[in-house]
Order: sequence, then C-alpha cells, then structure tokens
Amino acid sequence: MGFLFEIAWTHVTNRIRQTFIGVLGVATGVGFTIMMSGLMQGGQRDFIHMLVDTMPHVTVTDERTSIAGQPAEQAYGAVQVDNRAGAERRSGIKNPNQIVSSLRTWIPGAIAPSFKISAMINISQQRFGVNLTGIDPQQEVRVSKLASEMRGGSLNDLYRASNASVIGESLATKLGARVGSNVTLSTGEGISVSGPVVGIFRFGIHDIDDGQIYVLTRTAQVLAARPTVINEMRVRLNDALAARDVASQIEAQTGYRSISWQEANADLLSAFKIRDFIMMLVMAAMLLVSTFAIYSIISTITNEKRHDIAIMKSLGIRERLVQSIFIIESIMIGTVGVLAGSALGYILCLSISQITFTNPFTGNKQPVPIYFTPTHYVIVGLISLICCAIAALLPSWKATRVHPVDIIRGAS
Amino acid sequence: MSSVAVQAAGLVKRVEGAVSATLVNGIDLEVMEGEFVAITGPSGSGKSSLLYLMGLLDAPTEGELYICGQATSRLSDWQKAQLRLSTIGFVFQFHFLLPEFPALNNVLLPMRALGRLSQAEMRAKAAALLQSLGLEAAINKLPNQLSGGQRQRVAIARALANNPQIIIADEPTGNLDSVSTDQVFSILRDLARQNRTVIVVTHDLALAARADRTIRIVDGKIAEAACGVEHAEG
Repeated sequence: MGFLFEIAWTHVTNRIRQTFIGVLGVATGVGFTIMMSGLMQGGQRDFIHMLVDTMPHVTVTDERTSIAGQPAEQAYGAVQVDNRAGAERRSGIKNPNQIVSSLRTWIPGAIAPSFKISAMINISQQRFGVNLTGIDPQQEVRVSKLASEMRGGSLNDLYRASNASVIGESLATKLGARVGSNVTLSTGEGISVSGPVVGIFRFGIHDIDDGQIYVLTRTAQVLAARPTVINEMRVRLNDALAARDVASQIEAQTGYRSISWQEANADLLSAFKIRDFIMMLVMAAMLLVSTFAIYSIISTITNEKRHDIAIMKSLGIRERLVQSIFIIESIMIGTVGVLAGSALGYILCLSISQITFTNPFTGNKQPVPIYFTPTHYVIVGLISLICCAIAALLPSWKATRVHPVDIIRGAS
Repeated sequence: MSSVAVQAAGLVKRVEGAVSATLVNGIDLEVMEGEFVAITGPSGSGKSSLLYLMGLLDAPTEGELYICGQATSRLSDWQKAQLRLSTIGFVFQFHFLLPEFPALNNVLLPMRALGRLSQAEMRAKAAALLQSLGLEAAINKLPNQLSGGQRQRVAIARALANNPQIIIADEPTGNLDSVSTDQVFSILRDLARQNRTVIVVTHDLALAARADRTIRIVDGKIAEAACGVEHAEG
C-alpha cells in the first residue's frame, strides 16, 4: 500500500496550485461550519442556562393527577361514577412537610415549598397586578438564583420586617419604589398588608422583573387567608437534564402534577429543534460546496493521469488499488483542509467571542455567546473527510474504468 | 524439453458496433518457453489485437488462451490482473513510464504491487536490473531527462521487475533510432536465451528475422509462419 501513498503524495505535491485551491475550499467550509456550530450551540446554551437558572427545574403544583373517587365508589366495588365535573377545586398540597421530607430522601438536588398567589401591589396611588410567591429565604437559595440576582437589599432581609417584600427592578421603576419604600399588598380575598421593600432583583427576563414579588410564606398565607397551606414545591436538581425523569417520579409518588422545565418550555425547545435542523442543512450545504473543489481537482488529476492509469492496469495493478490512489489524494487534501479549517474556525470563534453587544432594554454589555468544544472540530472534520472521499469516488471510478488497450492504441 | 508458455486455441476477437469487425479470426498458436516469436503483418491486420489477447489485456470473443498451461477464459478480472503482474511483462511502443517518478521508482512499481520482496530487496533488484541494461546513471532521473532509447530500456526493466516468464512487446522499437533499436532487440534476444518467452509485434522485417520464429498475420489470420533467418542460419 505504501506505493499508493507515494503516488498520491507525488500527484498532490506536484500540483501545488490545484492542491492549494482544494485545501482552501475545504478549510473555508470547515472553518465557517465550526464557527456556525459554536455560535448556534453557544446561543442556545446561553438561553437555556438563563432559562434554567431563572426557573425551578421541577415545579410540583397542587393539581391532582387523578380525581379522587366518589364516596359511593369507595364504599361499593360495583359502583362506578362517570362524567364527573372537571378538576376538583385546588386546595393546596396536603401534608407538605411530610411530602418534602420524603422527597428529600431521594431527589438529587434541593426542594423548597412555596405559596403562590395573584395579588396587587400599590404605592402612592399606583397599582399593579403581580404574581406573589411566599418563600422561605433559607430554602430559596437552594432552588433559585434569586439571592445572587439581588441588585439592592438582601433576600434574608425578608425576616427583618413584617410583611416585607422583594420586588423586580422593572416593577420598582414603574412604582418609583426603592429599598425601604413602603408598599401595600392586597388580594381578592379583601385582605391587605403593608410592609417595606427590602430588596430589588433583576433576572433580565422582563416578565419576571416586571411582575413578580417575593414575600415570606406566612405573609402569602395571610394574604390568601389560608394559614397552613402551600401550593407549590420547587425543585432544583444537580443535573438539570434529569428534570423529566424526576418530575414523573415525583408525580407517581405524590399524585401531584409535576412539571419539568422542559415541559414548561416545550414550545421553545421544539422551536430550537427546528432551528437546529435548519442550521444543520445550512452547514451541510457549506461542507458540500467545499467538497466540490475536491471533486473538480480529482476530476482534473484523473483526466491528466489516464495514461498512468492505463499502464498501471496493464501491469496488473488492480482497478480498486488504482482508484484508491485518487481517494487517498482527496483525503490528503481534505486532511490538510480540515486542519487549516479547524485553525480558521478557532480563530473565527475567538474573534467573535470578543465582540460585545449592548442590550437595548437593559443597557448591559453582553458578549456573543460562543460554545467552544472539541466535539465540533471532530464531527465537522470527520464529516468533511468523508465528503472528500465520496467526492473522489465518482471521478476516480470513471477514470479507472478506462480500458488499457484503448489508451495504449491511442498513444501508439 | 521445453513446454508451452502461451497457447491460443481458436482465438477470435470481434468488435461490435456501428461498424463491426473481426480483428482476430480463429488463431491457433503455441509459443514455447524460451522461444522468441515475432509477429508481423500490415497495419490493421490484427497483430496487436492478438498480442493484447495473449497478454490478457483484452478478452477474446471466442476461443481459449492458456498461459503456462492455465486456461484464462474463466478467470476473474482480479485473477487476470494477478497473472499479468506475476507472469507477463509488457513493453509498448510508447514507454508509458510514470512521468513524475524516477527510473528506479518506475521499475519498483510492479514489484511493490506484487509485494513479494522486502523494500531493500526490491530496491536492490530494481537497481541491478537498470544496471544490467546499462542505465546505472539513469537510476534517479525522471523519464523526461532520459533519451528515447533509455526510456524504452527503463520500460524493459519495469517489464522484467517481477521475473515474468513471458515478455510481450508491441512495436518496442517503433519510436527509436537505429542504434537504440538494435540495443532493445538485443536485450529481448538475450531474454529469450535466458529461457523467457518473448513475443514481439514489429513492422521491421529485418528485426523479425532475428526471432526464432516469425508469424505473419493478415486479416486476423495466420498467413505464414517461418523460422527466423538468423536463428535458422545460426
């Protein structure tokens, strides 16, 4: 086999210009495909990280997955009641402490109970509807990034004053509230409480920063007039990707509807899949175009080498071995192209990662998210080499089909 | 007692197409080991076609060809290629050397394809072959740095690389001057003396006369067979 490599090497090194064009074609395709992969996955990971950081990995609600049987059904085995009216009224999660303790024994992460209701917040004649969540700050830090997203005050300050609240930055701006401002919280139950704003947070997600406030669980329970109830448990896992499995296990164990972050954002993740598919097509097209350079070069070489092919066949060198010379040439050009393209891709990714954009809403400077991983280089490189080999198949096959006698007679 | 190296039995080569033609028309022929046979005839008579059939470069439409007693019509392409590589050496009118490789590498090519010797053995043997043909100074030269006669001698060295039993040459002196022609023919003559079978197609009747036997082909058939003058005289 050594002589095949030697012939192939001689062919490509004696045609520097053509080889260079081939290498350039492959390198450009590989470089830009690596850059696109890094950009695409970087953007996606950045978005998912933000999403996963902001919300619980699994949310256990007080919705039952099955409606409890009617008393008659429970008393008599032969009785079955059909067509019962919709879901039963949500009455909160029963025995929350017992459930939380039980779940803590096996969940690979942290769990925190909370109480979520709708409320109104008002200050100096300004009034806005908000989602109010009652939390325990000590447990909250284990399930959310709220404590680290505080822009003023502290989450633990909720303990320091009665009816204290932590509100989003956008909401604070709308209300003209600052840390220390007094706000009134009220609910549809006709209950209202007043207390200071002890902290301001910003997640960078408008819906949350503009419409979410946090208070202690007991404050939320007072506002809902349900002093011993919680209606939500939030779970943060060590591995966010395990959320689906954990949610279904919690649901099976407790009977309460459990929603993973993937399920909660199913539409968004589905859109990512479509986006991935489109980007794959674009990248495949880029690699395909780059292999046309290889096809063209191998076609030229095989055309020039018809006499050599004929004489090698006449000497008794098998057709497949002769064909493999041109495939080896293609892989040689492809390998150099992949190496050069990998370097180009890395430089492109590095350059783009230095670029920052100013968020028009927050004014924050954010770098372009690029994901660096060897996987991109390996996958793109392998695909490119396979494309190069395939690109050489047809011209080399056509060339080696030549009948030696036709060439020998022609030359004579 | 020498045995038959090449035997053609009723060989026919017909070409179908817009204009069909019978290039070789029922040739029966035996060429013995160590025999030097010259095939002559007018242009288009079918002598080269017969040579290509005997060299397994082409397949007959009818008939059977035996190489060293082995029937070849049922051999696969791979088996024919292997038989060519190990048993038959070719020399053509045009040298057909690989232009990007020096003389030594051109001679090495069939040996490396056969793969029976080590690298060192192959290199030593190729160098010895070139030296034996008076090409020691041309070992590392590219074909375009050699004269016509030298190129043809390199082509002969390449044909001899795998110690083939049969040498087939198609107008090997057609492009050479008289001195080189004489050299090449002498080499072929010597090969026959070394008990190799040499079959040469040539237009040059004077050279053909130096063969053991001359076969004249006309219209794809053997028109005449005679012993070479020099050989007969010798």
